[in-house]
Amino acid sequence: MKALTSEAVLRTIVMAALAIVPVAALAVHQPFYIEMMTRVMIYAIAALSLNLIVGFGGMVSFGHAAFLGLGAYVVGLAMVNGLTDGFAQFGLVIVICAAFALIVGALSLRTGGLPFIMITLAFAQLLYFVGVALRQYGGDDGFTFRGRSIFPGLDLKDGVTFFYFVWVLLALCLALMYRIVGSRFGTALRGIRSNERRIRALGLPSYRYKLAAFVIAGTMCGIAGGLLANFAQFVSPAYIHWSVSGDLLVMVLIGGFSSVFGPVVGAIVYRLLEEILSGYTEHWQIILGPILILIVLFARKGLMDIFARRPASVPGVGHG
Amino acid sequence: MLNLTLVLNQALNGVQFGLMLFLFSAGLTLVLGIMNLVNLAHGSLYMLGAFFAATIYSWVGSLPLAILLALPVTFLAGVVVEFVVLRSFYQRDHLDQVLATFGLILFLNELARVVWGAAPLNMAIPAFLSGRVELIPGITYPVYRLALIALGLLVALLLYLLVAKTKLGMLIRAGASNREMVEALGVDIRLLFTGVFGFGAALAGLAGMAVGPLLSVEPAMGDGVLILALVVIVIGGIGSIRGSFVAALLVGLVDTVGRAFLPGLLVTMLPRTLANAVGPALASMLIYLLMAAVLLFRPQGLFPAARG
Amino acid sequence: MRIGTFGAVVACALAPLAAQPAQAADKIKIGFISTLSGPAALPGIDQGNGFSLALEELGGKVGGLPAEVSKNDDQSKPDVAKQLAEKLVKRDQVDAVVGVIYSNVMMAIYNAVVDAKAIMISANAGPSQIAGKDCSPYFFATSWQNDAPHAAAGAYVQQQGVKKVVIIASNYQAGHDAAAGFKSKYKGEVIDEIYPAFGQPDYSAEITKISSEKPDAIYAFIPGGGNVPFAKQWAEAGLTKTITPYSAFMYEAVTLPAIGEAGLGVRSAAFWTYDLDNPASKKFVAAYRKKYNAYPAVYAAQAYDAVLLLDAAVKAVNGKIEDRDAFAKALATVKYDSIRGPFTFGNNHFPIQNYYATEIVKDAEGNLVQAGKGLVLKDDQDLYHDQCPLK
Repeated sequence: MKALTSEAVLRTIVMAALAIVPVAALAVHQPFYIEMMTRVMIYAIAALSLNLIVGFGGMVSFGHAAFLGLGAYVVGLAMVNGLTDGFAQFGLVIVICAAFALIVGALSLRTGGLPFIMITLAFAQLLYFVGVALRQYGGDDGFTFRGRSIFPGLDLKDGVTFFYFVWVLLALCLALMYRIVGSRFGTALRGIRSNERRIRALGLPSYRYKLAAFVIAGTMCGIAGGLLANFAQFVSPAYIHWSVSGDLLVMVLIGGFSSVFGPVVGAIVYRLLEEILSGYTEHWQIILGPILILIVLFARKGLMDIFARRPASVPGVGHG
Repeated sequence: MLNLTLVLNQALNGVQFGLMLFLFSAGLTLVLGIMNLVNLAHGSLYMLGAFFAATIYSWVGSLPLAILLALPVTFLAGVVVEFVVLRSFYQRDHLDQVLATFGLILFLNELARVVWGAAPLNMAIPAFLSGRVELIPGITYPVYRLALIALGLLVALLLYLLVAKTKLGMLIRAGASNREMVEALGVDIRLLFTGVFGFGAALAGLAGMAVGPLLSVEPAMGDGVLILALVVIVIGGIGSIRGSFVAALLVGLVDTVGRAFLPGLLVTMLPRTLANAVGPALASMLIYLLMAAVLLFRPQGLFPAARG
Repeated sequence: MRIGTFGAVVACALAPLAAQPAQAADKIKIGFISTLSGPAALPGIDQGNGFSLALEELGGKVGGLPAEVSKNDDQSKPDVAKQLAEKLVKRDQVDAVVGVIYSNVMMAIYNAVVDAKAIMISANAGPSQIAGKDCSPYFFATSWQNDAPHAAAGAYVQQQGVKKVVIIASNYQAGHDAAAGFKSKYKGEVIDEIYPAFGQPDYSAEITKISSEKPDAIYAFIPGGGNVPFAKQWAEAGLTKTITPYSAFMYEAVTLPAIGEAGLGVRSAAFWTYDLDNPASKKFVAAYRKKYNAYPAVYAAQAYDAVLLLDAAVKAVNGKIEDRDAFAKALATVKYDSIRGPFTFGNNHFPIQNYYATEIVKDAEGNLVQAGKGLVLKDDQDLYHDQCPLK
């Protein structure tokens, strides 16, 4: 119980702190920090979605960036082809990403373990090469566009408005994730992670549960991709590169696999760590690498664990 | 356009590429099959091997000698990596291993950049292995690539003999399925694992050294081949050396033949500009499609290794 | 206290409005962005060296203004670059952004920089969009439009009377642009175009295919991680005697030490070579060799030249760089001792410049170098300038 309450406290503090970022940044006349934290929150949504399948479902996807890129391409292509209405764009993102996730998930979930890691990577690579082949849209270089999605009454071109737009979406995604994890579906998913045979023996369709989780995660990550396209006003296959999938996994790792809010903390810490370390030396990866190893070794539940140390683990959510 | 000489030549290219992939994958699949460890940093060991050989080559000026001297150094590097880091991860799940070895990649790649710089190093093909040789009248093939094929086949044979016919191989196989039994025989299983890991590292290093004169010896050179090797292992069946031999050849052939003939084939069917866009992309996707197809019909790979 | 803070905030917020555009600035802030880490970092490191060398020679001052410089690594990731650009123009409020090797990085940062009215000087990347319809008064290139060196190479191959060519270029945007640029000036027969994946390590399939097609020459553009492997494997296949290799940006100062003798005899075209006969270039090459104990490649030359250009333009406006439009105009028109010799900027702010034939040879000390072999194109202008609305 204590673990959950301290997560709630942390969650409130972090979300509140994020909410005052624009005010503080404008006060010190550094609007750049608004942009920086907008990007962090977008990655936080992506990491959040990844954690549903990796942390709660036990399905290690090394191809989650595929959905980030797909969502970005849908919005980017809509923008340059004259479809600027935000509801239509994000509606398309949801439909297309869900359909893609359904296909990828249906095929990949026939396997497990390392083959699952590899086949998700393979699908991401396929999509990457499709992006490279889109020569009329810059191929490998990608393409830029001006403006952002148009929602009635919102001027997303304004950095502060866009920040709060992303903040609200992050909050909505978080709320949705808590609902999912707390539901019977979530319980079953965690059960599959720790003992799939038992869940099957209980007569629950574990394959369908996993597939549903995969589709939800893919769709949510697609929304993050649509936001990323809006943020950068630029789309390229680089969003789908396997190292981005690796980055997302690392964010989840830093925050902690066993809590809903962990990936948000992970995304913030990872981007700040990158920012600070790369300020010291261009060889910053020589420091980051060992940090990752140490986290896996000694702080397997990530930073969230530090805030929720006392109990051994939340029942059913723990590692393996 | 499709003449027999060309097909044969490309098939040899594919076999050569496949055998180098096998050399690289063998260590990875051994470690995965026996210690149940996913080591993404295997590519970094390949890179280290190539760097050691290139450095020694710059001192001694002879490729064979450089390789001979660099092999034990790479073995030691593998042992150090296993002892310092990976030993703690045998009992962890694949996710932990993937993340920790991802961290190891970042570290080793950057370390190489600090030690050797970002510029690629040079290793030349020795005179007695350069030039082309006529295989059958009308078909010539580079000598060095033939030497690589011979090396790949030799290592495959030695590996087969080692694992299937020797006492050490028996211990290794037993260690995978029954730790307690091996320990009861008075064998230090930790030492055995460390040795196997070092051996796998040396094999990866050997692949890096052997292709060093053809590729560029530089930081992060192992990242691309790692992904290919993971594809090989998944197609072949995890832990199966025989499987990765077959899968490596399959991947090598499909990739090479696809790159060689697919774009040309498309040009005959599609407008040139469209073919130029689609052909190369499709050729790059072939091995992933191959993997997806194999997994669709055989989720455990072509040769699932019996696991205890 | 609270009121004091508020006052400071207001003062801060109003500061830019209060700045007098007619006054000379007390310093110039320059952000350097390039790919300094990862497998594709080699050209970026060379570029950074050229940039630092120029600043050092100027005593840390540009046009007499003390220069405040930050070096930033884009990791060749467009979204990282975009973030860096935002940081530079919004937080640090730099006057100019210099550098950039890769076109995808340039595309990602371009709008952010020029929309903030900061000067963007590309010291390498020259995507066609920026040369054409998306051109900006605040953008300058001390390099070339992406297609231009390939067009020059096409002209060179044409001048050599070569009948049949196979083009091999990495399968990415710049690779396809290279093929298009080459074909724009080469009028002989292109019997095949091969597009291997970017950064692919093994080229045996492609080389075997080329040898079976028996062209008189190949034109190869395989940058990034694939260049050294391709160069070695081409030499190993022993085809150079029968098929003349022409190429761009593969056999150059940063890669030649790794390629070794395998590079001898490869031809190309470039706007600048280390032996170009003008005082600025000679001074630059001597200083670079002294400091870095290696020959500079074009990337260093372009970055060095970018700093020289800034220096001359700041002097021309007497340090009044806050008046961006006047500063940009000065950059476009100022005369300075460029390492390429005299040239002018076109309406799109890409250079109208000469291209020279080059060949890999050994210099007097036995180093492999890309040496100039005479003029190929005089005052060449890129193909996209008439799509640019600037006059």
